Amino acid sequence: MSTHDWPLYEVFVRSKRGLNHVHVGSLHAADDAMAVHNARDVYTRRNEGVSIWVVKAADITASSPDEKDPFFAPSADKVYRHPTFYDIPDDVPHM
Amino acid sequence: MSFDNAYEAITEENDARWAFGTGFEDPLSGVDTSVPRGVDGDDLAAYCLMLGDDALIMSHRLQEWCTNAPELEDEVALANIGLDLLGQARLLLTRAGKADGSDRDEDSHAFFRDEREFRNVRLVEVENSDFAYSIARLLISVTWRLSLLQRLTTSADPVLAAIAAKGVKEVTYHRDYAAQWAVRLGDGTEYSRQRMQAGLDAVWPLVGELFELHPVEARLVEAGVAVDPGGLREEFDAVLAQVLSAATLTLPEVAPRGGVAGKRGRDGVHTEAMGFILAELQSIPRAHPEATW
Repeated sequence: MSTHDWPLYEVFVRSKRGLNHVHVGSLHAADDAMAVHNARDVYTRRNEGVSIWVVKAADITASSPDEKDPFFAPSADKVYRHPTFYDIPDDVPHM
Repeated sequence: MSFDNAYEAITEENDARWAFGTGFEDPLSGVDTSVPRGVDGDDLAAYCLMLGDDALIMSHRLQEWCTNAPELEDEVALANIGLDLLGQARLLLTRAGKADGSDRDEDSHAFFRDEREFRNVRLVEVENSDFAYSIARLLISVTWRLSLLQRLTTSADPVLAAIAAKGVKEVTYHRDYAAQWAVRLGDGTEYSRQRMQAGLDAVWPLVGELFELHPVEARLVEAGVAVDPGGLREEFDAVLAQVLSAATLTLPEVAPRGGVAGKRGRDGVHTEAMGFILAELQSIPRAHPEATW
């Protein structure tokens, strides 16, 4: 096993049938260019994707599990925020 | 069919057979598979074996990195390249059996020919040695193959042209991968540069053979079917010079490795490494012919 200090990258792939990039996993790479190559080889070899984003895991700022309630609980009882109270025209896709 | 537009792509027919991607393609779909008029079937078959064996044996060497590569990600990358080349080999070995009328299939060609019947250049058969040597060999091999396949896309044989068109996209990536590693190692630390240069020097004697014109190729070049490998040298040298310059490596000055009585890989005369590859590749199908799983 190697004991390298290559940074961890998170990989996002947009599939042919997807509108947005979706997180698919992570990998190690020496730099950004190698990360895109590695992502191509590790995560798109079964024809999954047409576009790849990579970002250093360390560059992601995440919400803390400790803040779960103050962050997310207040939205749990506000059903009126959901846009479900009007009819969507037939020719508006992907809603 | 455009995947650049996500809205268009999303409305496409879904193929429920596949969990992930769809849109798999058959590179030979709609291609006329008869041997073109005026082309000798035996020559065409021999040429398909040359290019097919290059891919098959190179693929085998790349597969040997599985569980041995320095990084997990590179293990998958090298296996992917090996699988691409194996795919090209399958098409070419199949074509060989159709071209000479023998109807031998890909498995028969891969598993039931002896060493002297393999037509690959010796560059692809020598042992992997270390990672730097393997990268040097891969870089040389795919740089040469990409130039060749690009020219082969206009071959008078529509099957070869279609196989080449498929291969060009694959080998373009292979070259990019190998070049990136050559630059990383060459322009890395003093020690990595030393190892990369040593790998390049060690593999270089097998480069000259890539550009020699075999009599079979010469006849097929006349017919517009094959590519004259001698014509690839200029582009090959230019690409290598660019990579080596970025990698701060120097072009080796070593004499080409001679053949046996003037015969080399394309004549079926191989290095001592070839027998070991074939033993590993062929022992199971020969012990259990016709076995399926």
